[in-house]
Amino acid sequence: MHALPQQLANGLFLGSMYGLIAIGYTMVYGIVQLINFAHGEIFMTGGFGALTVYVYVLPDGVSMWVAVPLMIVGGGLVAVLVAIGAERFAYRPLRGAPRLAPLITAIGLSLALQQLVFNLYPNAKSAISFPGLPFGPYHLAGIRIQAGDIFLLVAAPLCMAALAFFTKTSRTGRAMQATAQDPDTAQLMGINTNKIIVIAFAIGGFFAAIAGVAYGFKIGSVSYDMGFQAGLKAFTAAVLGGIGNIYGAMLGGVVLGLAEAVATAYISDIPGMQQLGGQAWAAVWAFVLLILVLLFRPQGLLGERVADRA
Amino acid sequence: MRQRSLIAITAVLSAGALTLTACGSRDKKDSAGGDSGTTTVVIGVDAPLTGQNSATGLGIQYGTQIAVDEANAKKTVPGVTFKVVALDDKALPATGQQNASQLVADKQALGVIGPLNSGVATSMQQTFAAANLAEISPANTAPELTQGKNWQTAKKRPFKTYFRTATTDALQGGFAAQYAVKTLGKKKLFVVDDKQTYGAGLARLFKSNALKFGGKVIGEDHVNTGDRDFSSLVTKIKNSGADLVYYGGQYDESQVITKQLKDAGAKIPLFGGDGMFSDTYIKTAGKASEGDLATSVGVPLDTVDAAKDFIKTYKDKKYPGDYGTYGGYSFDAANALIKAVGEVVSANDGKLPGDLDKNRKDVVAAVQKTNFQGIAGPVAFDDYGDTVNKQLTVYQVKNGKWTAVKSGTFDAA
Repeated sequence: MHALPQQLANGLFLGSMYGLIAIGYTMVYGIVQLINFAHGEIFMTGGFGALTVYVYVLPDGVSMWVAVPLMIVGGGLVAVLVAIGAERFAYRPLRGAPRLAPLITAIGLSLALQQLVFNLYPNAKSAISFPGLPFGPYHLAGIRIQAGDIFLLVAAPLCMAALAFFTKTSRTGRAMQATAQDPDTAQLMGINTNKIIVIAFAIGGFFAAIAGVAYGFKIGSVSYDMGFQAGLKAFTAAVLGGIGNIYGAMLGGVVLGLAEAVATAYISDIPGMQQLGGQAWAAVWAFVLLILVLLFRPQGLLGERVADRA
Repeated sequence: MRQRSLIAITAVLSAGALTLTACGSRDKKDSAGGDSGTTTVVIGVDAPLTGQNSATGLGIQYGTQIAVDEANAKKTVPGVTFKVVALDDKALPATGQQNASQLVADKQALGVIGPLNSGVATSMQQTFAAANLAEISPANTAPELTQGKNWQTAKKRPFKTYFRTATTDALQGGFAAQYAVKTLGKKKLFVVDDKQTYGAGLARLFKSNALKFGGKVIGEDHVNTGDRDFSSLVTKIKNSGADLVYYGGQYDESQVITKQLKDAGAKIPLFGGDGMFSDTYIKTAGKASEGDLATSVGVPLDTVDAAKDFIKTYKDKKYPGDYGTYGGYSFDAANALIKAVGEVVSANDGKLPGDLDKNRKDVVAAVQKTNFQGIAGPVAFDDYGDTVNKQLTVYQVKNGKWTAVKSGTFDAA
């Protein structure tokens, strides 16, 4: 098990990115019971929004200390607008329709957003390189940490703390919890549930944008189809952690990331398992883990019982 | 209310669908109409033109386009106007097969250039063979495409209609192994591939040859095309103590792997095949690509006098994509088709015969007899449809540019 700390760190960084995206899935599901399959594309537009700010808005040679916050603002703005637009024009007209209708709409929207970026964004027909952070790598107890990972390491806990604080203490946050528990009663209590739903989409979109920026820094490029795989993994993370639970989403992401890293690194060392290990099998093992968790805890790691209402 | 909105959506969707089909059929009609004085002959192109592999794929499209434009301007074949119909296979075998059917159905098509990916080629060969449509790939290197599944023991050509201007991985894998182990003295090798026909085949041939030359494979792994996070893999490579990573696959993945590998602190070169010999690789990986190596088919185009005009045209017209990898071979392949059509026309008193099936058969026969000096070397095909031009070149990234370090060929025996 050589280099275990480094592999666990790799998994943690990747997992925090999954977790940030997973929050959007889980919040939207918790409130409207909709699996927003277009969320991966919202993550993608966030990455492109940040890139646009860097390439077309900021002057050349601007310091990254100035650029990064503005990129987050730009990416966040784009992703939040896309998320709110999706809610308003694609999902709201179908509220109350059978479950299948919004699900199919989500898949359609996902394809539409991909193709929009593919066709309209300059040079988006293949991957576009993303600016890198000019510092790092850092060494900590034998672990090598890249600048892009530092960004995740700071952003993910900060986002989680802010979200927890918001839902626990603010008036809107509590209204959100009430809507998640019972939308009809919440409405009778005077909560504007439509507004709450929009806010859930917006928060999910903003978190996805942060993940999009992190992806750019970590991988070094963004592409129109980057949301597909990342979205699928994040959805898995949300289910693993217990869909509807925001802490579960982050935990699920981290567990998924760790599982992939450990599977890539060590499965092939087990005698007789050479063919079943390595990078290509990482996702397979992650899904095996998901199945095992769901067998013994159908509600996910931290999930509450939403099954009886669904 | 619910019912009405459902009807509205259905109406909008069907209207949209109808518009789309209408577009499709109109396009079809346009391509069927030709000039009254001359006959139009379509040269199909199939390559990835968007997304994965598109930088090198576009080089195939525009390499062909330049050859066709030249033939039309010079009236190389009197009475015939050539036209390129380029289809995007997105590097997907299923899409490639659909494109093949579409090209076969095109009554003006007498030949096809492409595809880029060996895995896509396997899905297209049968379709072209059934229609006797000649296909010349400027990029496929998997040996089984021309020499059959058991090419190592009993060579047998599976399809009479398939030719290629690129040499095979049997030579490329060996050439790379020879350079890595003998010339560079790298003995501890880590081999990674993308599980595709091309990538896995090339990696396997590199491995077997490297072992023969005294190298040692200390680790192996496989990735999925589309993967972008390789942090665990590169940590594994770093800890294995390897002094060279060989990657069988395309630039889309290897450019990210090399970046993450160098970021992880492993200062060892990544070595790949023609699939990653692309300027996009250096552009994306940046400084991390410095010192990396790639073999590619043919000699460096920039050093060939005959290719100067080609490169100038490509740059002047501001065509997208990288011409360096397959552009020259595509140009030569397109010229082989143009010359073959010319033969058929001159054998029939300067007019293209009316029988499509016979024309296609005659073109295949004429392509088999091709023999001329192209811009990337001699163009002629052996009994298997393989090129007689076995040239290979090792390139290394030096100061942010692919620089040829060794040209030659590999003696498989």
